[in-house]
Amino acid sequence: MKLDHLRYVLAENVLTLVAGGLLLLFVLAVVFGPALAPYDPLASDMAHALAPPSPEHWLGTDALGRDILSRILVAARLDFGIALGAVALSFVVGVAIGASAGYYGGWTDRLAIRLADTIMAFPLFVLAMGIVAALGNTVANIVYATAIINLPFYLRVARAEANIRRHAGFVEAARLAGNSDARILAMHIFPNILPPMMVQISLNLGWAILNAAGLSFIGLGVRPPTPEWGIMVAEGANHVISGEWWVALFPGLVLMLAVFCFNLLGDGLRDLVDPRTRT
Amino acid sequence: MIGLRTLSALPNLIGVLIITFLITRALPGDPAAFFAGAAGSQEAVEQIRAKLGLDKSLVEQFAYYVRDLARGDLGTALSTGRPVLDEILGRLPASLELTLSALMLATAIAIPLGVLAATRPGSWIDHMCRALTTAGVSLPTFFTGLLLAYIFYYRLGWAPAPIGRLDPYATPPATVTGFYLIDAALAGDLDVFIASARQLILPALTMALFVLAPLARMTRAAMLGVLSADFVRTARAYGLSRFTVLYRYAFRNALLPVVTTLGMVFSFLLGSNVLVEKVFAWPGIGSFAIESLMASDYAPIQGFVLTMGALYVLLNLAIDILYRIVDPRVEVSG
Repeated sequence: MKLDHLRYVLAENVLTLVAGGLLLLFVLAVVFGPALAPYDPLASDMAHALAPPSPEHWLGTDALGRDILSRILVAARLDFGIALGAVALSFVVGVAIGASAGYYGGWTDRLAIRLADTIMAFPLFVLAMGIVAALGNTVANIVYATAIINLPFYLRVARAEANIRRHAGFVEAARLAGNSDARILAMHIFPNILPPMMVQISLNLGWAILNAAGLSFIGLGVRPPTPEWGIMVAEGANHVISGEWWVALFPGLVLMLAVFCFNLLGDGLRDLVDPRTRT
Repeated sequence: MIGLRTLSALPNLIGVLIITFLITRALPGDPAAFFAGAAGSQEAVEQIRAKLGLDKSLVEQFAYYVRDLARGDLGTALSTGRPVLDEILGRLPASLELTLSALMLATAIAIPLGVLAATRPGSWIDHMCRALTTAGVSLPTFFTGLLLAYIFYYRLGWAPAPIGRLDPYATPPATVTGFYLIDAALAGDLDVFIASARQLILPALTMALFVLAPLARMTRAAMLGVLSADFVRTARAYGLSRFTVLYRYAFRNALLPVVTTLGMVFSFLLGSNVLVEKVFAWPGIGSFAIESLMASDYAPIQGFVLTMGALYVLLNLAIDILYRIVDPRVEVSG
């Protein structure tokens, strides 16, 4: 029954299949990236600086003669690591706060909503900039900043889903059976919140990657010479207007595909979880 | 009613103040040690700390912080030696001109596209709308900007060099509003108007592409909903012209959800503004913040975050008031 529905949704939406394939490629790059890279991503070779794509260097070399393909492959682990770390963090904290707020109501609820509203009162990328500047320029702080700006989305979804279920029959039954609030939240409410949260996670992963890369692009967090997609685009920026397009194009393209892939998967998941909201 | 809504923006404004204050406290560097200088003794540092109020409790410090803000004191930018407030106010028009142009461009493309897609579901234009909106949100703005600069400047030579608001040989128009386009028009200087429009178009387009997606998507969904409503069917049955049904009946009702997405759109715009300003060397407050970051000059960053936060709260307020004008049925709901 479930499987039939899955097959139907996939057949309806070929793009979701494409996104699945892309995701597989990215997972391969994350796992085997450093092993697959043909060159050392940090080794500069001034004799071949700014070489266009060729059979030796498939995607060309940058201003220091480093192989761009190798750098892109190695960077996958860092970019996905940051995004996954940030999303996992905001998921755990957001569900914990949001679900209890929706379940208990009252001042817990008002406080949680106020927290989400306060974060949302900023343009989110600007808030992330401020947080990284304040906490210090490290990769860990990029993860925290990205987690904080994603928190309101999880908090709100979890709160809304918990709130509509707090007096549902199965929750009342569990309560009458003598379960503690913590146990009801974990065993009865949480599994019901999970499907809409999965959609949120998928859509958010793309956004987290975009944010982290944006922060590195303006020089926050990841530092050169570490290969990272945002930094690679920044390094290539000066060469674009003098015609060396490959330095910025390929890392930018990969970044775009990664975000695209998660957005499509999110849309596909949403169709699967809640067919009514389909647009 | 509008007054009441203005009051309800206060908690958000206070939230913005508290967060910026916390960021300020957490920013690296001890201001007392800075003012005491390298030769300052421990005693001197303590004295200055007391003078700056840094030995007080957090709540008291927050009160001082708000008091300084009320006086317009945002500190001094170390890199230029000028007050941060002056630096930010001087650069704000450049950022606003870019952001508002991008918004207008995005609305001018997204709304007709969404309407067309909704009136012809399943057609090629609908598919194009879907593809464009999915691709639009996936594009890193800094990358789109570079791509556009490469194509239109390096390859085709249609656009001027992507550096700044005006090429170095032209003189900027006399400052009235700080918006080059408006100032040039006021001065009646057609050459400067065209020159600054040419500099503006690529960065504005870059930002517009990014926010196109939520606008077009929401317009399409809202129009689809309204077009299947009973009153539209009735209007059609009465034999009203296609234009009247579409714009007088359907579009005006579909406008509401579109106006609500503007809040998110502005969050996107102001955030991507920083990145686009860096790519196009646009002399706005985003570039200023990035330069200060590189120089480890923290007062301007704090001023920048505060300005952006306040700007965003005010824009949201404006949207809410607009919302009420579009639909007088909306109740005040805090």
